This record gives sequence, C-alpha cells and structure tokens, in this order.
Amino acid sequence: MNRLSSKMGWLALALLGAFAFGYIGLQRGESISAIWIVIAAVCVYLIAYRFYSLYISDKVLGLDATRMTPAYKYNDGLDYVPTNKNVLFGHHFAAIAGAGPLVGPVLAAQMGYLPGMLWILAGVVFAGAVQDLMVLFISTRRDGRSLGDLIKSELGTVPGVIALFGTFMIMVIILAVLALIVVKALAESPWGTFTVAVTIPIALFMGVYTRYIRPGRIGEISLIGFVLLMLAIVGGQYVQEHPVLGAMFTFTGKELTWMLIGYGFIASVLPVWLLLAPRDYLSTFLKIGTIVGLALGIVFVAPELKMPAFTQFMDGSGPVWSGSLFPFLFITIACGAVSGFHALIASGTTPKLLENERHARFIGYGAMLMESFVAIMALIAASCIEPGVYFAMNSPAALIGTTVDTAAHAVSQWGFYVTPEMLAQVAKDVGEHSIISRAGGAPTLAVGMAHILSSIGGGKVMMAFWYHFAILFEALFILTAVDAGTRAGRFMLQDLLGTFVPSMRKIDSLPASLIATALCVAGWGYFLYQGVVDPLGGINTLWPLFGISNQMLAGIALILATCVLFKMKRDRFAWVTIVPTVWILICTLTAGWQKIFDANPRVGFLTHASKYQAALADGKLLAPAKSVAQMQQIIFNDYLDAGLAAFFILVLLSILGFGIKTVLAARAASKPSTSETPFEALPASALPST
Amino acid sequence: MLEELSKAGRYLGQTMRLMVGLPEYGTYVTHMENTHPGEPMMSYEEFFKERQEARYGGNGRVGRCC
Repeated sequence: MNRLSSKMGWLALALLGAFAFGYIGLQRGESISAIWIVIAAVCVYLIAYRFYSLYISDKVLGLDATRMTPAYKYNDGLDYVPTNKNVLFGHHFAAIAGAGPLVGPVLAAQMGYLPGMLWILAGVVFAGAVQDLMVLFISTRRDGRSLGDLIKSELGTVPGVIALFGTFMIMVIILAVLALIVVKALAESPWGTFTVAVTIPIALFMGVYTRYIRPGRIGEISLIGFVLLMLAIVGGQYVQEHPVLGAMFTFTGKELTWMLIGYGFIASVLPVWLLLAPRDYLSTFLKIGTIVGLALGIVFVAPELKMPAFTQFMDGSGPVWSGSLFPFLFITIACGAVSGFHALIASGTTPKLLENERHARFIGYGAMLMESFVAIMALIAASCIEPGVYFAMNSPAALIGTTVDTAAHAVSQWGFYVTPEMLAQVAKDVGEHSIISRAGGAPTLAVGMAHILSSIGGGKVMMAFWYHFAILFEALFILTAVDAGTRAGRFMLQDLLGTFVPSMRKIDSLPASLIATALCVAGWGYFLYQGVVDPLGGINTLWPLFGISNQMLAGIALILATCVLFKMKRDRFAWVTIVPTVWILICTLTAGWQKIFDANPRVGFLTHASKYQAALADGKLLAPAKSVAQMQQIIFNDYLDAGLAAFFILVLLSILGFGIKTVLAARAASKPSTSETPFEALPASALPST
Repeated sequence: MLEELSKAGRYLGQTMRLMVGLPEYGTYVTHMENTHPGEPMMSYEEFFKERQEARYGGNGRVGRCC
C-alpha cells in the first residue's frame, strides 16, 4: 500500500512537471509567470534525484554504506572529520555556488529564456550533477586526493601535468573575466564604487577583531560586518549626491582596471586573516542569504517573464555575445549546467568530510541540482526586465552608441520596444547616471533582483538600495575570488616553474612568491585590460574563452570518470559518463574551432586579426585603435586569444587520447585495474543505524 | 519540539561555520581526548588560527568555485 501511494505520488509529480513544460511551450507571444519555470525545474530535479541519481549510486557505482571513508580512516578533527550530511551539503554548496551560475544565464537570455532553461535542466541532470557525484566518489575511494593526483594515478603522469597547466590557464581567464564584471558594474558609478571600496576597511576591521579583540568569534563579527555593509550602501547614496565626494569616487573603466590590478597584488600578499578571511565570511553569508532571498522573492512575487521564449539572435547575430546557439549557448552557460571547476571542489575538502560513502549521492548530485536552481533564478531575474532594457544594458557601445537616444533607437530597430525615457527612468530608479552598455551580467541581474525584491519590500523607493545591494554582493564575492584565486594561481605557478627553476618552488621565499604573484596578476590583468578597452565590450571575447576553458575541465573530469568506470569493469554502465563526455567534447571543440577560424570577425579571432591587418596595410585605423601601435596591439591580442583557444583544444584532445588509451588497456585487462584504496569496513560504531 | 528546534539551530550554526572552513571545535576536542590522550591540544584560539591558515593560506588548492 505504502509503495503504491509513493508510486502515485511520483506519477503525479511527473504529470505536474509535464503540464508545466506544456504550459511554457504553448504560450507563444504571451508573457508567462516565472512560477511555471520554477515548477518545471523543481519537478525535473526531484525526479532526476529520486531515480537517476539512485540508479548511478546503486547500479553504476555501487556506493557501499559499510565501506571505510577517509573521514574515519584519517580522522584528525581538522581536515578529516566525519560530518553530518546536511551540514556537509551546506559546506559543499557554498563552495560550488559562485558568480558563474549567476552571470552565464543572464548572458544567455539574449536568445530568449527557453534555450537557456532547457540546457540548464538537461545539462545538470545528465552532465553536471553526474560529474560532481562521480568525482566525489572517485576521490573518496582514493583517500580524498585532488583532481590532478587522480588524473596522474588513473591516466598517467603526463596527462596529470597537462591538466595542471590547463587548470592554471583557467584560473587566469576566470580572474580576468570576473574582474571585468566588477569593472563594468562600477565604471562611472560613484555609489557602487564607494560601497565596494568601503568593504576593504570593513574587512580589515573584522580581521583585527577576529585575530586580537575577540579571537575566532565569526558569528558576531559577521553580523557587525553585515550592518556596516548596509550602512555603506546607504552612505553610497550620500556620496553619489555630494558634488565633491561624488567626483572623487567616479572612475573610468581603465582607472578601475589599474586599481583592481594593484588591489589583486597587495591583497594576495597580505596575511590571510587580515583581509581575505573576513571578506570571505561576509561574501559567503551574503551569498547564501541572497540566494535564499531571491528564491523566496521569485516564489512569492512570481514575476512575469517579459523576455520572449526565443529571440532572433539564436542565429548568432546577438549583440551581447556572438556565435550561434550551437555550440555557444552550451559554453556560455557553464556553471549551472555543468562546470569543470566543480571537479576541483569535489576532490578538495568535501571527500575528507564525507561520513558515509552513500552520502555522496545527496552531496555530489544534490548540491549540483541546487546550483542549477540558482542558474534558473538568474535566468528568471534577467527575463523579467523589459527586453528592450536588457539589450540596452548588455549591448556594447559600438552597436548602440552611448546616449539613451541612440541606444533606444538601435534596440527598437531590433524589434524590442524601448524609449529613451524608459532607459532614463530605469537609471533613475536604481540611482545610476546611466545603465547603457553595462554588459557582464551583474548590473542586469541587479536590476532584475531589484525589480523582484522591491516588490517584496520597499517598492520603488527601495529599488536603488536593492540594486546596489546586488552589485555589492557580486563585487564582494568576486573580489574575494580575485584575492583567493591569485593566491592559488601563485602556488600553482611556483609549483610549475619549480619544475624548471628549483628555487621558485620555495613558497616561503619572499622573492619567489613576489615574482610568482606578479606574474599571476600580470596574466589576468593583461586579459582584463584587453577586455575593458574592447569596443565590443570585452565579455564578447573573454566569456567564450572562460566557457571553453571551464567546459574543457569538465571534459577532462568526465573522461577521468569514464576511465574509472572501465577500470572498475563496469563497461555496460559507462554510457552514463560517455554520453555527457561526447556532448561536452563536441560543444567545446566546435566552439574553440569557431573562435579561432570562423569567417565572421565578431566570432573568429583570426578573421578579426586579418581585418585589422588589411586596414593597416591600407593605412587606415579601425576603432578603438587611435594609432598604428594600437592597431598592432589589437592584432597581437587576437593571435594571443586564438592561441589560448588552441591551447585549450590541445589540452582536451591530448587528455582524450590518454583516456582512450586507458580505456583500451582496462578492457584488455581480465580483472578490475583501478587504483582505489582496498576495501576496509567502517568501524561498527560508524555504521548507519537503519 | 523545542529539542528538535535547538538541534536544527545547532546544525545551522555548524553549517555556517563549516561554509567558511571552520569545523566543530568540540569534535576536535573529543577526538583528541579519545585517540590521543595526554597529548598537547590546541586551544580554541589556536584551533581557529590553524584552520584559517589551512583554508586560506593555501597550498595552491582551490577552495571554491568561480
């Protein structure tokens, strides 16, 4: 009886989900309520979790509740601690949720909400969550070792080193693109700039407090910090309206770029307790709070989606980023559908805290479903603002000009109704001078969130507050990532350089660490600067490179997972990872190829370079270059970007080659050939009671 | 009911702390008492500093996503 009612329940849920999808699919030309998207998504998540993740756990991987886990084996109360699964879920989710799932879907909304929504749902169920669960499983069965180590032990030393190089380049691109988002949001915005700048002294105060005044009291200092942040937002308005202070905090994109580069260098050599740790407390708690708030907002406000389900930009002519739906949608939305970066997290601290192997399903697969829901919410937030406003905010100045009149005119030409008054009104509502050409996702998301959150509390009056709250939330988070990423990049670089110059490896040597930090900052700073001066908005160049690199890493992780399945002699279940691997490879390699060779200069780097070369040969200058030297710089950058895309392609292909070799060897072997730690039983006291 | 709530509250606190890389000090103390009796044990302040350095001080590991 019980089983029957449970079956009926799942059937009802499936029907509800199907109905929601049908409703979304059949509403042509009419705006629908966001609640339908939420219902469809939640039904997909529940069904995928209940059935597909159970299938993977039981049949494919054979998760064993009686098997020893690293947390018990190496228990030290510090790194290795058996942890309650709900607590660990929170930890893991906080580590994988970042700016990525918020920005990608906002950019993808230029093709309409439906393509992005379908990929987020299909991608997470069959690729992203599978990858996270598999890597967590693989690492747990190997003493919680890192992705690089796992590749070395399962595929060989050479692919391990190649993957490390690839990971370092991803760090560089990620930091550049994240910093670009901050620059785009803060340029010419004294309110935003002041608020973000004030977070530095606030964090320093918090750092001193947790170190010397009341050591280790994270909770109370985070509350104090939060109150100070809210005051900073209010103070920002005062600064904006003040003639002298307002001018003091108004910076161009280029000025902000240099400040960020300087900040990145200084912040990453300061002691961690002073700036990085307290900032991380603030950004982590603010992030979780904002995600919860946004979820409540979307459910209670149920905003109308004003963006059409599809736009004409699916053909690749879109102003926000160029390239057609296949393959570029699938690399634009990386995190939220499938993110290679998660493979680093799932092989980081989480496997060392896993109490029981069977919890991997809830934590690996489940947390990724949550992350996907964050992406769905970002898509909703971007789709509930007027499409005309969306395109005015996200199109580069080269296409829509710099005034409300030119922007409204250009966007209306594309068929999205918008007037100069509307654009001026939105800017006024959110307390900014201009909202035109603020590509990068954060400002659009902030307008969307302000739209939703102000319907819950405060109405129009609070709109400017919520806008700057959202900007602050993203900037705070990104600056933490810039700081932590530069540190991580510095260690990776010292490790890599140490292979050639042994003295570089000493991490406590001041000259070695300063050199490595400077190189790392110079790396992302170069791409950041290039993005800021790009007349097509920078995002157009950098986001696809980021997407390609991130999906490349996902491809590597999925290849690793496939190899492990074959080595475990579970050949007949290997389709579970082969299918997403093939799809990720097709998308990433096609996108990489098109970024290099496509005949459209907005897509292909080489075509863009030859366009500038031809102009140079005719003695002409093309915007934004104002001199021959700048023309040559642009051409050089094109070749650099093309080289980077080629590098990512080569990394992926070589890992694929090593993977195929490994699979063939595993198939030829007569018994399992994995390098997992031999079976040991969990101590009786640690066995689950049921 | 109240007991359930306070338990949920404790878990919430643990989750928030672990999100920023701080495991339970009590668990550490219990572990030290049970498995390494008589050995020197870190005070809460030392434990906090040690964990902070481990999370952020870095060995090149990436602790969070973009």
